[in-house]
Amino acid sequence: MNLTLFIWRQKRPDEKGRLERHEAKDISPEMSFLEMLDAVNEELVKNGNETIVFDHDCREGICGSCSQVINGVPHGHREKTTVCQLHMRHFKDGDIIYIEPLRAKAFPVIKDLIVDRGALDRIIQSGGYISVHTGGVPDANAILIPKEDADTAMDAAECIGCGACVAACPNGSAMLFTASKITHLAMLPQGRIESARRVCMMTESMMNEGFGSCGNHYECQAACPKGIKVQFIAKLNREFLKAVFKTYTPF
Amino acid sequence: MGDSPRRGHSIAAQGGLNAAKNYANDGDSILRLFHDTIKGGDFRAREANVYRLAMLSNNIMDQCVAQGVPFARDYAGYLENRSFGGAQVSRTFYARGLTGQQLLLGACGALSLQIKAGTVTLHPRKEMLDLVVIDGEAKGITVRDMVTGEINGFAADAVCLCTGGYSNIFYLSTNAMSSNVTAAYRAFKKGAFFANPCLTQIHPTCIPVSGGRQSKLTLMSESLRNDGRIWAPKNKGDRRAPVEIPESERDYFLERMYPAYGNLAPRDIASRAVKAICDNGFGAGGGTGVYLDFADTIKRAGRDKIRERYGNLFEMYEKITGENAYKQPMRIYPAPHYAMGGLWVDYNLQSSIPGLFVLGEANFSDHGANRLGASALMQGLADGYFIIPHTIAGYLAETAPGKVNAEHSEFKKSGDDAESYIKKLLSVNGRKTASEFHRELGRILWDNVGMVRSGEGLKKALQLIPPLRAEFRQNVKITGSGNELNQELERAGRIADFLEFGELMARDALHRRESCGAHFRIEYQTQDGGARRDDENFCYTAAWEFKGADREPELHKEPLKFENAELAVRSYK
Repeated sequence: MNLTLFIWRQKRPDEKGRLERHEAKDISPEMSFLEMLDAVNEELVKNGNETIVFDHDCREGICGSCSQVINGVPHGHREKTTVCQLHMRHFKDGDIIYIEPLRAKAFPVIKDLIVDRGALDRIIQSGGYISVHTGGVPDANAILIPKEDADTAMDAAECIGCGACVAACPNGSAMLFTASKITHLAMLPQGRIESARRVCMMTESMMNEGFGSCGNHYECQAACPKGIKVQFIAKLNREFLKAVFKTYTPF
Repeated sequence: MGDSPRRGHSIAAQGGLNAAKNYANDGDSILRLFHDTIKGGDFRAREANVYRLAMLSNNIMDQCVAQGVPFARDYAGYLENRSFGGAQVSRTFYARGLTGQQLLLGACGALSLQIKAGTVTLHPRKEMLDLVVIDGEAKGITVRDMVTGEINGFAADAVCLCTGGYSNIFYLSTNAMSSNVTAAYRAFKKGAFFANPCLTQIHPTCIPVSGGRQSKLTLMSESLRNDGRIWAPKNKGDRRAPVEIPESERDYFLERMYPAYGNLAPRDIASRAVKAICDNGFGAGGGTGVYLDFADTIKRAGRDKIRERYGNLFEMYEKITGENAYKQPMRIYPAPHYAMGGLWVDYNLQSSIPGLFVLGEANFSDHGANRLGASALMQGLADGYFIIPHTIAGYLAETAPGKVNAEHSEFKKSGDDAESYIKKLLSVNGRKTASEFHRELGRILWDNVGMVRSGEGLKKALQLIPPLRAEFRQNVKITGSGNELNQELERAGRIADFLEFGELMARDALHRRESCGAHFRIEYQTQDGGARRDDENFCYTAAWEFKGADREPELHKEPLKFENAELAVRSYK
């Protein structure tokens, strides 16, 4: 199939970007979306042009590098699918496709389709872990965890940190991302100990990084390639309220 | 190297993490894990390292739980186990099909704690281009900032490389796209020995290649072999849909060939069996691939149980192939997956250059000629959490801290070299893209240094690679400049190293005139087609030393002594 692409090109963070037209020719249905871009890039190189840069790594939907908005939807229109797992069989000959980077105040564009998602890492660094040092820990089976709780923790821990939730949100909020880590750790007995402190630190960090607040649009859940649920945001809010009124005085 | 440590994996292992906890009360022990690993590696690993690894496996599991890794639990709240290849006990702990990602996030949390404490500074989007050696000791690295193109030196008291494996040399592999050999290879060029480069693992259960423009292959976890049965049609060239082939016309060949281990035969053995079936024309639909069938388990335990155990893998399979594996069997075929070879290290994980330590897949030490499933996570975490903190201290105790800084002339020289090398690459301005060279190199290696090797094929590879490399130097085309984010330049630099390293792989494979584990030479096989080792002549680690660009590397041999495990013919029957 042949496709027409309008791709965001931006040389530097402080430079103005624009949509540039490219033609993708002889694309086969079993190719992935990124393989289609690889083909476009190889043509560009052959003709002496600079390639379109985009973040990618594992190409199996687990590393969270993909940061593209396809036809206005982060990761494209397929449910629970990262860009690398989106295959061209879901497009048809003659389609026009718009490809842009994730857009959010907290994610400055570095070049073309690559954005800086360091803000998400800084939220984690503010407290998104259990403060255990290596060594001197009890036997793995000394901590019993009800299966239902472990399953919920796992549902939340599946977040790949791609930032699609932020780009999908009209407020540019990172609540789903933050809530997934809060829930994951708060569901586990070894994580509960720091939960009040953690939720306050991470919430503060989230606000300082320039992310907005949740307005219950649920766009994040719709865009999440891992199907992380908005219920976790309710859990985040509940943990936050508990912390504010009970144990910990936030900022 | 990437934008975030949370994406710092060379591959996201799916299936699990081995630990000799014996929670399942099925007779597991440290000794048994040690024996399984030594035997799985076909007696080409260093015995002492493997025993230490088996001992540490339990600590790793404890540590990961303490970090909050959400492992699978049973209804009483205890940890669940499953079985992996090459073992007859159930010792693999798992977090759905995302174990690698979850362990990485656990480690990333521990790192984040240190970043917040100010003890670690993170430098994202940087690529190591050179190791700086001063007075024979590793004292820093030269890196390129992948956003600005700036080249800088970082001085240190010691250097740890944790840069993963090189399976991407085959072009198509299950590794993440940015996995490469550059950091390890450039350390090799600075004097670090490279051990057993020919020992690479081809994983039996991956989604088969679908088209000429495919960029990578996707693994379907070995854990699926707990509940899936591998079969091929009994009739040559049977093109019927799998569900239409009656039970009596199916050949469950692993169960037939290896009754004791069945579908859980080790990876090298299973891969070769799959290849043989397909080469002989019995592949699924007459092509390359065999079936991995869950129908029996779905009938017995129900679809929900399968979804709970492997749901994300079934989803991934459907996204890539468009097929529903709950309704029809998966099609699978072997693919390059893991490098047992790597930079040579001693028991302290120190390379042949004092001050340079190598961890995880980047070193060679623990898996011998074949790695068992769920052991990569175990080794990576053992190296990082429990070995290096102790062993690096020994080196640091002997060296004066802050001996050199980045103003030293060696840093300047290294930086200048890196800069002029990049300029040279950019100035070629030929007609072929770096990826085209990579595809050609991958084809040469896959055909001649892949699952099955022969003296003839290896010699052919050694003839084909140098001209390809020469052509690369004269005909590669890289657009863009060196002082900006330039993925084409990054790619070309890595492929240039692959083009040199591929030759080392072939040379090592040619010199090892025996079959062991994943290194299968057709000249050296048992009557029933098994790998025939030659313990008399090849019971050693081959450590290669770089001797200059146009000279042959020198071979050093580290003899392998087995004091506790008995050298035996590996049998899984």
